[in-house]
Amino acid sequence: MILISLIAGCVQKIPAGDLTSTTKTAPPPQELVLATTTSTCDTGLLDVLNKKFEETNNVKILTVCEGTGKAIATGELGAADVVMVHAVQAELIAVANGSFINRTYMMYNYFVIIGPENDPAGIKTAKNASDALSKIAARQSQFISRGDESGTYKMEKSIWKAANITPAGTWYQSVGKGMGETIVTANIKEGYTLSDRGTYLSMKDKTDLRILFEADQTYLFNPYHVMAVNPAKFQNVKYDLAIRYINYTTSQQAQDIIRDFGRDKYGEALFTPAIINERR
Amino acid sequence: MNGAEFLYGGAVKAFELIINLDPYVMSITGVSIKVSGTATILAALTAIPLAFALSFLNFRGKQGLITLVNTGMGLPPVFVGLFIYVMLVPAGPLGFLKMILTQEAMILAQYILVTPIIAGISLAAIKAVPGPIIETVYTLGGREKDAVITTLKEAKFGIITAILAGLGRALAEVGAILIVGGNIAETGSIAGIGEGLSRTRTLTTAIVSETSKWDISTALALGIILISLNLSVNLLANFFRGRD
Amino acid sequence: MVEDLFRIENLSMSFGDKKILKNINLVIHRGEIFALMGPSGAGKTTLLRILNFFEKPAGGDLFFEGTRLSHVREINTVRQRMSLLFQTPTVFNTSVFNNVAYGLKVRKMDRTAIEKKVKDALTIVGLQGKERQKARTLSGGEAQRMAFARAIVYDPEILFLDEPTTNLDPANVAKIEEIIMQVCDEKTTTIVLATHNIPQVKRIANRVGLLLNGELIEVSSKDQIFNSPSDARASAFIKGDMVY
Repeated sequence: MILISLIAGCVQKIPAGDLTSTTKTAPPPQELVLATTTSTCDTGLLDVLNKKFEETNNVKILTVCEGTGKAIATGELGAADVVMVHAVQAELIAVANGSFINRTYMMYNYFVIIGPENDPAGIKTAKNASDALSKIAARQSQFISRGDESGTYKMEKSIWKAANITPAGTWYQSVGKGMGETIVTANIKEGYTLSDRGTYLSMKDKTDLRILFEADQTYLFNPYHVMAVNPAKFQNVKYDLAIRYINYTTSQQAQDIIRDFGRDKYGEALFTPAIINERR
Repeated sequence: MNGAEFLYGGAVKAFELIINLDPYVMSITGVSIKVSGTATILAALTAIPLAFALSFLNFRGKQGLITLVNTGMGLPPVFVGLFIYVMLVPAGPLGFLKMILTQEAMILAQYILVTPIIAGISLAAIKAVPGPIIETVYTLGGREKDAVITTLKEAKFGIITAILAGLGRALAEVGAILIVGGNIAETGSIAGIGEGLSRTRTLTTAIVSETSKWDISTALALGIILISLNLSVNLLANFFRGRD
Repeated sequence: MVEDLFRIENLSMSFGDKKILKNINLVIHRGEIFALMGPSGAGKTTLLRILNFFEKPAGGDLFFEGTRLSHVREINTVRQRMSLLFQTPTVFNTSVFNNVAYGLKVRKMDRTAIEKKVKDALTIVGLQGKERQKARTLSGGEAQRMAFARAIVYDPEILFLDEPTTNLDPANVAKIEEIIMQVCDEKTTTIVLATHNIPQVKRIANRVGLLLNGELIEVSSKDQIFNSPSDARASAFIKGDMVY
């Protein structure tokens, strides 16, 4: 009796993924739905990052790229298993209301303020991000805002708030588009905009805009988190697989991929792994 | 780059992608055809009998149904997409169907968008068949069934036009399928052209995502493929028309 | 033996406020050529349509073979024994063969028999060899003759003809009139002919009913109505003195 339960216990503890090498005919791959923001998709990071995980776990990851606000909503409605997003406040609210669990810090980069090379508002010398936006507002230089529910727009709003400015007027234009189109619009209008570093670098050769302000540790810090949709809320969610994926994103293997991603193409990394630095 | 260079680049890229039978591009083209084709076939199977019922039968609520068809012809796709999305998400009333983010959900959305279009245009085509034609059927000993068949034959070009208009609308539609399908491609092609295949990504949704990344030449290349597809459908229709 | 095919008693008909037919009493015998004569707008077409069950009379009674119309169970089955040729020829958008074969096809005749009968009918109206031509490409006169062939091809017991020789040149008028008389003689078909053409009535009718402003002024044999009309208005119409 004791023996049987011991064996049963052992079997239960072996994760399904480790069994794939021993089975002769591979079962059809499981599917994991990942809702995420456009910056992780459009830069191509997920194509590299997810591939390793799919291979070792016999999984197909179905990635829905839609901006942070929509990605969180997709998870909250149970249409995704796991989300990868970058809007701390919104994430904390979503975790607090029980929609997500196991929120895990995986990587970061910095937002950058980009604008025309001649920098009409003179933000290069700004003390911090809110000072930079204050200068733009004071000069009424063109500023192009995402104006959607993206993490980038949420960040922009918090900087305006810190600067104690409610942006309004013909100089401030909200486009409601993705990051790439917003950069293009800013380029045409010779205006400033806030962008995540990754998307800007991936578009560097398509725009005349330059990074004019960066590296504000307080406001421009842009952390990415992965979190699992709460299985207590949606029974059919693939929680075990989501956890496996979350653990993968913080594994040595994945963090190495994040550290190196973009170096060959852009000459610098687009994201910084969250954990690897602490290890080394 | 200026606009002409973008267009030129897009045309060259489209040509390369087609010549090389790029598997990713073939797969999104395949999903476009499968989703829009299936939706159009199902819509035609509903809409044409509906148009005949509205022309030949008298029943309660007929006028209301006609109003519904006419209103449905102008349904905003994004609204339809959102509506189906909230119905089909696991938190929604039809969540148990597990259809969200699938091709089936996209087919459903386009079915709803296309059915009123085919029904509306078919109805107009049937109404355009002269009354004496129908009466002639009866004078020659035909019955209701024969009147319906003859009307179908007389209105067939109008009905084919209706189906093609529906297919054209479905192939060009983006708002609804983007929301309910999620524009999903397998890993390897999440960022665009790569080695992964499309799951719920169509030519139109790919154009939207490529445009939002501002990969204009790829977006234009996909657009050129989409237009070629629509053009071949219409050329095919003209061919059949010419044969009659 | 003379048999009552149709019997009309006190029949009236109106569209809205306009009275089309007033207090009509008429008997049509099996096997005769009955001419419904009168100027345009007299109500001839409406009366033909009532006899072919397309319109329901507003008042009075219509008996077919002694049975009151409202008691006829299967209107379409009874109508299969008849044929009506409209004044304006209707053309199905298909080949001449398919047009003429229509009444045979709805009667489920076999293919070889259909081909023979269509060929014969087309020969009768002088359209031999035109089977495969698209019916819409026929001239007005040819279309009228094709419609005539289509109306007689299945040997109806009763043939309603509404101005059957409009659109036709004199040679073809003579031909059609000859066929009408032939059909009546050889196939004992009852023919009801609506026409404003007085010489035509003189040439082919057995009996005549004169319809003026919705009223049946006189019903009598051809000889009697042309030689000694009983009504002054009939006399005026026949002489061409009618003032409209």
